[in-house]
Amino acid sequence: MLLNQFLILSAVLFSIGVYGVVTRRNGVMVLMSIELILNSVNINLVAFAAFREAIPGEVFALFVIAVAAAEVGVGLAMVLLLYRNRRNIDLARIDSMKG
Amino acid sequence: MILAFERPAIDWHAVAPEIVLLSVGVLITLLDILFLEKARPYMAALSGLGILATAIPLLTLGIDGTERVLFDGAYVVDNFSLVLKAIFLLAGYVVILLSTNYIVDGDYWESEYYGLLLASLMGMIMMASSRDLISIFVALELLSIPAYLMVAWRKRDPKSNEAGLKYYLMGVFASAVMLYGMSLLFGVSGTTVLSEIADSIEAGNGSSSVMTLGIVFVIAGFAFKVSAVPFHTWAPDVYEGAPTPVTAFLSVASKAAGFVALLALIFVGFYELSNIWEPLIWILAALSMTVGNLVALRQTNVVRLMAYSGVAQTGFMIAPLAVAGHSLTTGDQALSAIITYLAIYAAMNLGAFAVIITLARRTGSAEIDSFAGAFHFAPGLTVAMTIFLFSLAGIPPLGGWFAKFEVFRVLATSGEAWGYLLAVVAAINSVIALFYYANIARKMWAEEPSENDLKNVEITPSLVSALAICVLVTLLFGIFPQLVARFTEVSLLAFAT
Repeated sequence: MLLNQFLILSAVLFSIGVYGVVTRRNGVMVLMSIELILNSVNINLVAFAAFREAIPGEVFALFVIAVAAAEVGVGLAMVLLLYRNRRNIDLARIDSMKG
Repeated sequence: MILAFERPAIDWHAVAPEIVLLSVGVLITLLDILFLEKARPYMAALSGLGILATAIPLLTLGIDGTERVLFDGAYVVDNFSLVLKAIFLLAGYVVILLSTNYIVDGDYWESEYYGLLLASLMGMIMMASSRDLISIFVALELLSIPAYLMVAWRKRDPKSNEAGLKYYLMGVFASAVMLYGMSLLFGVSGTTVLSEIADSIEAGNGSSSVMTLGIVFVIAGFAFKVSAVPFHTWAPDVYEGAPTPVTAFLSVASKAAGFVALLALIFVGFYELSNIWEPLIWILAALSMTVGNLVALRQTNVVRLMAYSGVAQTGFMIAPLAVAGHSLTTGDQALSAIITYLAIYAAMNLGAFAVIITLARRTGSAEIDSFAGAFHFAPGLTVAMTIFLFSLAGIPPLGGWFAKFEVFRVLATSGEAWGYLLAVVAAINSVIALFYYANIARKMWAEEPSENDLKNVEITPSLVSALAICVLVTLLFGIFPQLVARFTEVSLLAFAT
């Protein structure tokens, strides 16, 4: 089995995700970038699990998917809250606290 | 292939604390749904009682004292986890005492707050027993997700929104990076159980660069949780924006949970690879102490100051880890020193926040200047605050002294040049820290209160009990350090060779 291709795919996804988190200013786009990182983790886990024939990797991936769903639920709620109070979700303008 | 499901043997006594806490959390949520407004006045008391009830099975487990291994080593109940669970429960109880009458301010619904607090606490006591990548990850998320919501509790307050979103985004990003590291660790070792990862390292997989990358990512993820520099940037904003009892909870319990995971990973999983994690921890410790203290010096808001002081305290707590790989004895000493520090830090920091909560409610601001002359209108609180501040600074005979002493002892007896150097950095930083802690105390004692006095200081019974617990623990551990040492002499290195 060609493990490398999966690992390269996941590394690329991971890098795109990190780039997105660092550069994007829209709250929802940052959430999507984080989802990319989590999916790169899942690809890694499943590829390693298939390669090594070790079940825990697949179980781990299932847990990651489930927890990510819960996380995004909370995250969207929070972005919504912000939109209600400020009418925009531009992260660069959220800077009322400094020091 | 169809596998028949076989129920794994479960030691019910070992998981009894978790079951009790979970039941109380579910009960509170149900009561909230069923009785709405009628149940509201009883929620704080009920969750407090729930935490005390959770302590009972913890005590019986402690008296029994046998090590219980569940789920093929993924979940372990030993003395290490019991001591930390006790710290979490005590911290949770004090936070509930602090939240009573506070969370409801501004007409916010409070019942869910206690449900979330108990859920987060549940994640923490699970974290203390987790010895497997999957259970560590699930425990981490269980303790973090309710915490994000608690930070953003004041829905109509833009500062609270901002703090919640910042904490959420950075927290999720850190845990995603940590997960990537975990996937690499799984890839190299083919297992998620920490002790088996250690076996795989011993079998020669440790030299792989993928393993190194995995360890670095995982440690970075937890460095965020314990707010070590350079992963601390969220702490001041989140601490300032969150409701102050939640800040107290984050700065003590959530930080301790990060430490527990870090300790389990390093001592059970990667102990053999000390050449990778020791330099990393050394840099984190030295940076956290120095940056935390220097930035704390120029803070004017007490909560932000406590945030940076917390970053500096993290540096002290993490420092013994930097020499823990030297030998097994040093490793055990480092572990005891960190747990001792965590226990004492929990008491003194929660106490300081209890005073801040009370005084800040009087003026509606947490600026240090608004604390001026506190001795004239709140002498009891001023004495208590002085005890906590000097304990945080490490002045004998208060608890913080013993915690710092243990850290220095480990660093100085390790026999490594790096250890001595870190001890010197720590010593310089203790002096800097004394300056800003003493500055608050000086303002409270020596200055005159400002003329525009607003309200009387409102001291509720729950606050008095919270303060009493914190003062008692801080003094007791300082005057009789052997008391805390008796509980924290635990080892995780039973499997290491």
